[in-house]
Amino acid sequence: MSASHIESVERLAVREQFDTAEQQKDAATLGMWIFLVTEVMFFGGMFCAYTVYRSFFPNTFGRASSSLNATLGAINTAVLICSSLTMVLAVHFAQLGRRKLIVLFLILTMLIGGVFLGIKAYEWHEKFVEHHVPGPSFHLEGEALQGQAQLFFTLYFAMTGLHALHMVIGIGILTVLAIQAWKGKFSPAYYSPVDIAGLYWHFVDIIWIFLFPLLYLIDRHMPK
Amino acid sequence: MPEHIDARKTYYYVFAALIALTAVTTAVAYVDLGPFSVVVAITIAVVKMLLVALFFMHMRYGTALMKVVVLGGLLWLGILLLLSMADFVTRGWLPVPGK
Repeated sequence: MSASHIESVERLAVREQFDTAEQQKDAATLGMWIFLVTEVMFFGGMFCAYTVYRSFFPNTFGRASSSLNATLGAINTAVLICSSLTMVLAVHFAQLGRRKLIVLFLILTMLIGGVFLGIKAYEWHEKFVEHHVPGPSFHLEGEALQGQAQLFFTLYFAMTGLHALHMVIGIGILTVLAIQAWKGKFSPAYYSPVDIAGLYWHFVDIIWIFLFPLLYLIDRHMPK
Repeated sequence: MPEHIDARKTYYYVFAALIALTAVTTAVAYVDLGPFSVVVAITIAVVKMLLVALFFMHMRYGTALMKVVVLGGLLWLGILLLLSMADFVTRGWLPVPGK
């Protein structure tokens, strides 16, 4: 490597406003956590609406929830946890500076994320076919309180939809990172983009960890 | 924060725990626990959240400032949920003229 090349790599490693690489990394990580806290409040509004309406209409919410496919929901939870594992391994190999393994695990994470979205799309399709999408043609079989059932499905589509949107954005971010990693942009001294994208991906996983029991598993023990 | 590189084995154990907890939360939903169903479901979800945050998101190596930021966020979420419920649950308790 030429001297000017090494110099440019070092310049990339620590921007001028930071004293040390460690300070730079802490700033990036803290910034991401602050963003994630705003995301907590973003999703929090929906979780709050969910809590209020579930406390108002517990029985209808139970019946509406039981019409969801809990097996697919559980499988999708496992799928998302798999993608978190591959994501954390991508960060791990970034720490070790293993260029090809970073790319491999970023691509695996995207593919498993794609499987999640595929299963999600299949579930949404089922709901469309069953007329469980809120609107004029909504009908939940054997339910006296159709309006309250529509409330549940409104929350279901809004929350899983917003979650899926975050997944799509995440896959976009990982695509850019995989290309950058392939070009050799990251090293053990500088891999913050991979690290903080990992934080985002795991955060989206955590949201689903709460959505799954709250949406799919209400009153499952009740006789149908 | 100084560099911490975990052994890959740590991630595999956390992964196995998360999968196991997913199976438990699904299975326990089919058991009649009355009002405790939701308590158990939320408790398991919180444990899973902690596993992901501490190990996958490396929060256990986080600076004190990062931990304060995250706990502050969760505190505000708690205020959002608690005060909203305090409002909605008690609305019918007092007669309000003109309501």
